[in-house]
Amino acid sequence: MSLSIKPYLRLSGLEPLVVRPETNFVNVGERTNVTGSKKFARLIRDNQYEEALSVARQQVESGAQILDVNMDDAMLEGVTAMTTFMNLVQSEPDIARIPIMIDSSKFEIIEAGLKCVQGKCIVNSISMKEGEEKFINQAFTCKAFGAAVIVMAFDELGQADTKQRKIDICVRAYKILTEKVGFAPQDIIFDPNIFAIATGIEEHNNYAVDFIEATREIKRLMPLTKVSGGVSNVSFSFRGNDHVREAIHAVFLYHAINAGMDMGIVNAGQLVVYDEIEPTLRQLCEDVILNRNNDNNEATEKLIIHAEIVKAKGKIAIKDEAWRNDPVEKRLSHSLVNGITDYIDIDTEEARQKYATPLEVIEGPLMDGMGIVGDLFGAGKMFLPQVVKSARVMKKSVAILTPYIEAEKEERKQAHIAAGTTNTEAAGAAKILLATVKGDVHDIGKNIVGVVLGCNGYDIIDLGVMVPADKILETAQREKVAIIGLSGLITPSLDEMVHIAKEMKRRGMTQPLLIGGATTSRIHTAVKIAPEYESGVVHVLDASRSVTVAGSLLSKEQKMDFLTGIKEEYVKLKHGFDNKKTVKNYLAYEEALKNKVKVDWNNHVTATPGFTGTRVFDNFDLAVLRPFIDWKPFFITWEMHGNFPAILTDSVVGKEATKLYKDANDLLDKIIAEKWLTAKGTIGFWEASSEDDVVEVRTGNEIVTLSFLRQQIKKAAGQPNLSLADFIAPKTSGKKDFIGAFAVTIDGIEKHLEKFEAGHDDYNKIMLQALADRFAEAFAEALHLQTRKEFWGYDKEENLSNEALIKEQYNGIRPAPGYPACPDHTEKYKLFDLLKATDTIGIQLTESLAMYPASSVCGWYFSNPGSQYFGVGKIQRDQLEAYAKRKNMPVEVAEKWLRPVLE
Amino acid sequence: MDIRKELEKRILVIDGAMGTMIQRHKLTETDYRGERFKDWRSDVKGNNDLLCITQPDIIKGIHKLYLAAGADIIETNTFSSTAIAMADYDMQALAYELNVAASRCAREAIQEFMAENPGTTPKFVAGAIGPLNKTLSLSPDVNNPGYRAVSFDDVVAAYYEQIKGLVDGGVDVLLIETIFDTLNAKGAIYAAKKYFRDHHKVELPIMISGTITDASGRTLSGQTLEAFYTSVMHANPLSVGLNCALGAAEMRSYIEELSQLATCYTSAYPNAGLPNAMGEYDEQPHETAHFIEEWASQGFVNIVGGCCGTTPDHIKHIADNVRKIKTRELPVMEAVL
Repeated sequence: MSLSIKPYLRLSGLEPLVVRPETNFVNVGERTNVTGSKKFARLIRDNQYEEALSVARQQVESGAQILDVNMDDAMLEGVTAMTTFMNLVQSEPDIARIPIMIDSSKFEIIEAGLKCVQGKCIVNSISMKEGEEKFINQAFTCKAFGAAVIVMAFDELGQADTKQRKIDICVRAYKILTEKVGFAPQDIIFDPNIFAIATGIEEHNNYAVDFIEATREIKRLMPLTKVSGGVSNVSFSFRGNDHVREAIHAVFLYHAINAGMDMGIVNAGQLVVYDEIEPTLRQLCEDVILNRNNDNNEATEKLIIHAEIVKAKGKIAIKDEAWRNDPVEKRLSHSLVNGITDYIDIDTEEARQKYATPLEVIEGPLMDGMGIVGDLFGAGKMFLPQVVKSARVMKKSVAILTPYIEAEKEERKQAHIAAGTTNTEAAGAAKILLATVKGDVHDIGKNIVGVVLGCNGYDIIDLGVMVPADKILETAQREKVAIIGLSGLITPSLDEMVHIAKEMKRRGMTQPLLIGGATTSRIHTAVKIAPEYESGVVHVLDASRSVTVAGSLLSKEQKMDFLTGIKEEYVKLKHGFDNKKTVKNYLAYEEALKNKVKVDWNNHVTATPGFTGTRVFDNFDLAVLRPFIDWKPFFITWEMHGNFPAILTDSVVGKEATKLYKDANDLLDKIIAEKWLTAKGTIGFWEASSEDDVVEVRTGNEIVTLSFLRQQIKKAAGQPNLSLADFIAPKTSGKKDFIGAFAVTIDGIEKHLEKFEAGHDDYNKIMLQALADRFAEAFAEALHLQTRKEFWGYDKEENLSNEALIKEQYNGIRPAPGYPACPDHTEKYKLFDLLKATDTIGIQLTESLAMYPASSVCGWYFSNPGSQYFGVGKIQRDQLEAYAKRKNMPVEVAEKWLRPVLE
Repeated sequence: MDIRKELEKRILVIDGAMGTMIQRHKLTETDYRGERFKDWRSDVKGNNDLLCITQPDIIKGIHKLYLAAGADIIETNTFSSTAIAMADYDMQALAYELNVAASRCAREAIQEFMAENPGTTPKFVAGAIGPLNKTLSLSPDVNNPGYRAVSFDDVVAAYYEQIKGLVDGGVDVLLIETIFDTLNAKGAIYAAKKYFRDHHKVELPIMISGTITDASGRTLSGQTLEAFYTSVMHANPLSVGLNCALGAAEMRSYIEELSQLATCYTSAYPNAGLPNAMGEYDEQPHETAHFIEEWASQGFVNIVGGCCGTTPDHIKHIADNVRKIKTRELPVMEAVL
């Protein structure tokens, strides 16, 4: 499978800028333009280049992603000014970081600029206004410098004003550039001319619509190209009224971006949020921009009148302070959305006093506010500069809270010292490394996680944003961090996280990896990241959860169970995903049959069981079973979810769990000492052979035919469609093989239950039932162990810990009829007949094929080392019919029993 | 003989260090001068490129050692053969001649080798275009960050002359290498495009090889790898890659990244590890080769070889180790977003 690369517009300064569909809108800083900024023009004229640089720096800091530089001034020697300024910009890494747009109407100034910049620039602009030949020559020069170009919708006849003229010129230029000059389509950016509207001249009223509609058509005809424009032109007739101009810009951009506009020259520091524009004003702007309700300049007049009112009110109207009367949560979110830092100190303080802990302020109102910011950004109603401002407000607020959080931490430490308890916050706190991955700059969420974890006593190493994999992993190894946390907000970050997981594996690292950030998800983590790294990958939904996750990962007792739990969950998720993904991809049953598990039967040696037929254990020693008890399900019975023994020290349920565990053990002592219960079991082994999905079991002269079901989902290449029958040697192989079965039950519970009932002692009644269930499971486990090592003896050397046993790390399986690998419960009849389980150990099958006594377990034994647990998954009608036929069962009956596996 | 055809089939091996091999000859000032420059006005010892004129047999001999070791591509001994770099020896006027002479040394080495080893796979001459000793993006004067010691036009003129010499001397490809200032490389690309357009010639393939100078992962002029790649893409290069400065161990993550970015072929020829305290390279041939073999098996590279400190022995180990490994498949450039 070869890699594929998308035809994105790729630019560079010291760092790359890739314009992807999800980039939303690229804003080009416009203040380093002598025609647009009086201040900048004056600085350049006065040779104050140092200060002129600070204008550029301020643009970058306010979120400009490209820097437009223009030196077209009659008073300036343009080539010299461009060269001087550009060389200086290149010496400032914090400015040179972003790509440059070299802006001039004189091509020699453009060339001068291109000669100074190592990165891939944009030339702004070239056009056909002086004919094709000049256009072609200029385009060749731009290409030799590797620059992308902005093409103005301008030809020999003049600037295009109508939709159709704009489109025609752009299409013509596109043909020339791609066919004659050899330009890549993605390096072509059109500027279809933004003209002033609401000038009072009726012909101008449709200019914004013309731009927007032309944009839509240009992007449809030439989808790899980009569309840009100088936004401030549109509101030119409202100059002097910034409030209205900003509103017009926001509304215009909202519609133009929806139509496909990719970038624009804007004042990065001065953008209002579409949703935050006062509704009346926004409505009026919409009408004017979209040229609605505008017969006889009606909409225009209305906006002009409104603009006058707004202007008359002056600063009062602009600085609408009504929001100050809202509750503190709303005020905080208003400040975040609008990037206002004026009140953040007092509002944060007020919230701090209102909430129980400073952390709650962060996790509550502040995170809620940032959530709104994220939504607006996602909907194209907020742009990067505004988001940067919001983040600044957020950081300011967090900074106010941090000392209080620190103080709380110190308080806890002192309390520990006073109480003489272990101070987990003391020196040597576990280190957690956090980083936003390469290519991503979003760090708000990661910072919150840092704060939250930091106030829980961990030593945080925050590598910041855009961190390459190597740096993350090297730092992690050098600093011996306990956990690595990765964050990312944009989609490509997901791939980078996968890459880091792979790298961790390659380096043989063992630290758990936490995944967080807005685009990350549990399902992506499970499907794409977790399979790449075995030492634990955990998706962390939000900051508050990071604490418990970190706690579990750093606790010696909990870590294994926690990670095992997560791994199981992810495997399930992945399984679900894989199945869902191929939801309609089923093989015909015939085809599935051809894709059996490939076992090399020729070289296969089946161990012969120590006996064939059955053996009964009518009173197995409970004391022997006790260590086989798996406690996790016991606690689940009590609706206490968690891994054992971690649950005993859990911060919420730990105390209760410990008490319960003690009571259970007290009762166990009594049960064993006073022989309350009897463990009865039976096992059997028989010769068997398979034929497709049928297994023939020979008992003396009789043959019992077992029927199994086969996976029908279309598997990846090389993956078999599993059926349990595949694990028994086929008749055609001529190999002798065996199958086994077991049934166990815990007898004698009734009279004790009655006794507890009589005493209204529900607690001990449930306790006894739960323990009987555990005994049955423990018995099955113990018998399986003995079967492997002794009765069947196919794995005599096995030597596994209890943990490994619970994780089923042994050879062979013991699936029960009715469970995922063999979902047909009715096969239990055959199992019971073979074992004579009802006669010998007294287990009854109910009509729905449940076993009574309830504390019973049964299943088949497969010894094949390749045998594994799996889910049959959904089967198709053809298999159902074939299955019913070979079982001599009416299809409707089979359908009833197999409903859960039918589509 | 088309290098593209060979690249489709297999990983090509580029030769190793020239300087290291010249050192072995322990040449004196007199050797460097030869007959022609015996009265030259400045010292010329250390002007390795000059040896193409004064000691062509030594240079040819080194080329042949690399060919025998298994190199598919040999580089001309022209790292500094530009008017700008030659100014150090007051030999700017020799720039064109040096390039022609160097190309002939390489060409003849191949002819002789092919005659002695008939039936061997095709061999190619890469015209080596070095980074210059003056840089366009950085000021040599800390107090005057806007100052530049050389102009873009000067750089283009110098490279133009070098390229003319290389093409006239008969190279198969141009190799713009050891790039630590991307703007210098852009000057070389500009010069190449201009040369071929001016002379109405079919463009020779251009190989581009940048240098990541330290663990920051950036070029000396401050670009990240992806920014560097983006800035030279317009050359429509045959290959893009990395050489020098780092040993293979340190280069790995960058070459991996590049292999994911580049739509063209990728190349990598690291130094023989990092220099020791004495400035010598200790990495043994099998060690370098082991690193490179791993990159090849991961599908990161199409062209491999060695830079500073590597010897024919290194190249032999590298060539032997990658011979059977499948070459990196070119990424598919998608047509839609």
